[in-house]
Amino acid sequence: MGASQCSQTHPQKYKQYEDFADRTGFSLEQINNLHKRFRQLSDNTETISRENLENIPALANNPLRKQIIGAFFDKRNQHEEEVGSIQEIGFQQFLMVMSHFRPPGLKMTEEEKEAMRKEKLRFLFNMHDTDNDGTITVDEYRKVVEELMSNNDIGQEAAKAIADAAMLEVASINMPHMGPDDFYEGITFEHFEQILKGLEMESRMNVRFLDVDTSTMRCGKGK
Amino acid sequence: MTSLRGHRLQHTGRGIFSTTMECFTSVKRAAFLLTICTILLCVPHGSNGEIQVIPPTEGGSVTILPPVKPEGPQAFPDAEKANLPVFTMDYNRIQIPFEITLWVLLASFAKIGFHVYHKITVWVPESCLLISIGLIVGAIMHSVHEEPPAVISSNVFFLYMLPPIVLDSGYFMPTRPFFENIGTVMWFAVVGTLWNSIGIGMSLYAICQIEAFGVQDINLQENLLFAAIISAVDPVAVLSVFEDVSVNEQLYIVVFGECLFNDAVTVVLYNMFNFVAEMPVVEPVDVFLGVARFCVVGFGGMGFGILFGFVAAFTTRFTGNVREIEPLFIFMYSYLAYLVAELFGISSIMTIVSCALTMKYYVEENVSQRSCTTIRHVIKMLGSISETLIFFFLGVVTITTEHEWNWGYIMFTLLFAFVWRGLGVLVLTQIINPFRTIPFNMKDQFGLGYGGLRGAISFALVFTLPDNIGRKQLFVTATIVIIIFTVFIQGISIRPLIEFINVRRTNRNLDTINVEIHCRLMDHTVAGIEDLCGQWSHYFWKDKFMRFNDKILRKILIRDSRAESSIVALYKKLELQNAMEILDTVSGDISKAPSIMSLHDDKKSPPKPRKRFLQADLKNMHDILSKNMYKIRQQTAVYTRKHALPNETQSKEILIRRHASIRRSLRSSGPSEGMVPKSQKYFSLPPGQNLDSQFPPKRLSHADDEETMSEMAYPSSRSRFAKPGRSSSRAMMPLRRLDTLTEVPTVAVVDEISRLGGRRGDGASRPNSSSSDSRVPLPRPRLHFQSSADAGNGPSDNVRNGSRDAEEEEEQEPSSSPPPAAWSPESMDPANNSGVGNPLLTRPVWPKWNPKKP
Repeated sequence: MGASQCSQTHPQKYKQYEDFADRTGFSLEQINNLHKRFRQLSDNTETISRENLENIPALANNPLRKQIIGAFFDKRNQHEEEVGSIQEIGFQQFLMVMSHFRPPGLKMTEEEKEAMRKEKLRFLFNMHDTDNDGTITVDEYRKVVEELMSNNDIGQEAAKAIADAAMLEVASINMPHMGPDDFYEGITFEHFEQILKGLEMESRMNVRFLDVDTSTMRCGKGK
Repeated sequence: MTSLRGHRLQHTGRGIFSTTMECFTSVKRAAFLLTICTILLCVPHGSNGEIQVIPPTEGGSVTILPPVKPEGPQAFPDAEKANLPVFTMDYNRIQIPFEITLWVLLASFAKIGFHVYHKITVWVPESCLLISIGLIVGAIMHSVHEEPPAVISSNVFFLYMLPPIVLDSGYFMPTRPFFENIGTVMWFAVVGTLWNSIGIGMSLYAICQIEAFGVQDINLQENLLFAAIISAVDPVAVLSVFEDVSVNEQLYIVVFGECLFNDAVTVVLYNMFNFVAEMPVVEPVDVFLGVARFCVVGFGGMGFGILFGFVAAFTTRFTGNVREIEPLFIFMYSYLAYLVAELFGISSIMTIVSCALTMKYYVEENVSQRSCTTIRHVIKMLGSISETLIFFFLGVVTITTEHEWNWGYIMFTLLFAFVWRGLGVLVLTQIINPFRTIPFNMKDQFGLGYGGLRGAISFALVFTLPDNIGRKQLFVTATIVIIIFTVFIQGISIRPLIEFINVRRTNRNLDTINVEIHCRLMDHTVAGIEDLCGQWSHYFWKDKFMRFNDKILRKILIRDSRAESSIVALYKKLELQNAMEILDTVSGDISKAPSIMSLHDDKKSPPKPRKRFLQADLKNMHDILSKNMYKIRQQTAVYTRKHALPNETQSKEILIRRHASIRRSLRSSGPSEGMVPKSQKYFSLPPGQNLDSQFPPKRLSHADDEETMSEMAYPSSRSRFAKPGRSSSRAMMPLRRLDTLTEVPTVAVVDEISRLGGRRGDGASRPNSSSSDSRVPLPRPRLHFQSSADAGNGPSDNVRNGSRDAEEEEEQEPSSSPPPAAWSPESMDPANNSGVGNPLLTRPVWPKWNPKKP
């Protein structure tokens, strides 16, 4: 419904949507929905800034709030071989980030699934790797774990211990033949893939983007 | 074979006391007793007091006495009058429980038998085997012209046999996947069952109109009733196949949930149609009333269940001092919930399932580890006994009852059951797929459709049909045919088929911390993204519920209301596991009695060979475990010291304290932070290069030092150690693995990693025996092996080369006792130092001491 409406009233916008649809794999309805949400978040401007996202009340309790918001302003998540962060993102960037969370389709081939999985893994990896150097160091890993567990007050020590244990696990899985004096510097993306090999990313890390118009069911989020 | 034994016993019993009891009545009673048997088995399940009033089973030829205690005072005077018999027998008095016990034993023996030949159960589902045994027993009974025992009455089934089965599957339902797929599960369970019942019922009714079959007297209501009965799927066999081939989680949980909830739906339908079948005329109003009743029954059951679940959880909050009866509460509350639901005529299955689901999470945190094990075992045991008996009995009944065989009706029943199931899955999946994040593909649908075996519930339901249904015989026959057909043909063929079409699989046993962390990470991320999109989906609700749970529910229901993250839980679990492994191996080496029946016994077995361990406090398992972990910790700390920080007792103390603080902060909300010196931060983990570069040289030099020294110290013992090395390295293996988990936060990380990497890989991946061989050529590892052999092998080499070792131990003990005193108070009481843990703890010290000896 939304898309057809668009095509009549804003032919230009419709064309743009189709372009987005090609790049991100979303359907036109989904894009339309997301655009509505985008406008809502950005106070009807063209771009979203960090403050806009930080003001979402529903997100306030999320322990990973910082990382999630950070991911939106991370150039690495835009499929454009660039590093660094952006100050404000437009709708296209917004969509690009969202596209990491597409569920797998019924008719996807194995290669497509593999690519999708890799994309999702890369997204997670980028969430860890805050300094863009291609490895997750112990410090970075620890920080994430600490934040993950900030909801339950088990203390930083435990979080640290767990992160360290996890790190050792990675080391022992990936580098079984390390020399006695080697030092495991951090998790590279290959190792990251290795440790999550058995995990079904594509069935877990996805959001069901709605096809129908949600404007009637105001969720009370945003403003 | 086992069945013969049962018979023989009966015969001997009869022969000895030489009553006039006929063969007939004997077996009839035996069958009766089977009934009572189930009652007996359910006793721990139900409340103690009321259960004494056993429902009157029909037949009444035997006065059924509850197995009360013999009235000693009365029996004595009588006996005394007639010349005090030297030998008496009173078979009548014990007959009931006796024969029940025999039946249950028989069924259990059968189960043992199946698992002796492991290959059989892989290819043939257990239910098939049970039915087969039942068939054999039935054949024997038939050959001696026994009458079919009327065992399962409606009351017995619903009040005593059904609850354990349902509680079993409700309690062991995997919670997370279930709630993630709850919509689909309910869709298939409710709508699918309705679809099947109505579809099959209607088509059978159509068949009944054909004169050639001669079944025109079956009316629509009866057809619907029958259809409802046979649409209860019971895929126990399928589930075990699914588990074995680790089929994808979504498919698994839908089959699991479907079987559970469609039992509920079936029973509701059964009761409804049973009622309707007796009504002369059915008016349209009744249909609406039926729908309304359906909802009341379903949701009412759920509400009651949740209520009871919370009450149960709340109760276990206060059972800390009466650990022995903790498990009882669980059974009592579930059974109470079931009975109350029966009382109000709402779905008791629904009630008990939601009760189990609700309380499980909270109860398992409140009760002790041992109670938890008990609960799980008892639930499993009761459930499987109930089911075994039903299947077994099905076999017996198949042979011994009079069947009414009607080719047309039975064949069409089979056909329709198959067709409607297939159609239902196809159509319902098409409808539900757009709402699913991960839609079912054709292969999944095949698994879903083909997994629709019929089982125990169907049989029990049809067997307990009231007698006023004209064609009950036919229904029983048809149901037995359909069960045997599906269980045998589909049950046996599903494994090859699933493997052949290669259904999508999930790796289900991923027990690593990384995976757990990332699951949580993804959950939070996805919830966050959903918030960002402003969409509500189950992650949103999950997030909301978890917050509510942490803030309110846990505070009320759980004694130690500190929210525990799943990561922490897993971390603890892995640590426990490692500690247990070490204990197992060590105890296996020492006592040569590695039978690991229960955790408790296992813990107790090590002390027997060595007296000293008795000093240690064995009161409860938690303490033992934590202590053992402690020893390991200390041991590794000593290792660490040996390699990384030679001759620094201070640093050792810091390390030990640090371990303690971690331990406590994991256990309780760590008040220890203050005690830990600031400097430990420095020691905690040196990711930076400076530390890294600082340690290895020291370590190396020291290690070399020590190696030469120890070589001098044991010129001869090396060779002697090489042989026991295998066993010792086995004992040592888990230690290594533990290192990966526990040792991390210490200075040793760099060290550990390198050690792990260089020598060991991860402990689990190497076979036991290779460790000694692989390390021999390397210069340094030799020392390593040496010391670890000492570490792991303490008690056993104590036995072997006793005198020398004893000497050394004497030398070693006084020298090792000072350090504990110097350590932090929470480290270890010295008494434990000399225990079996000793090898873990003190042995590594003495390579340190020995070099100084010569």
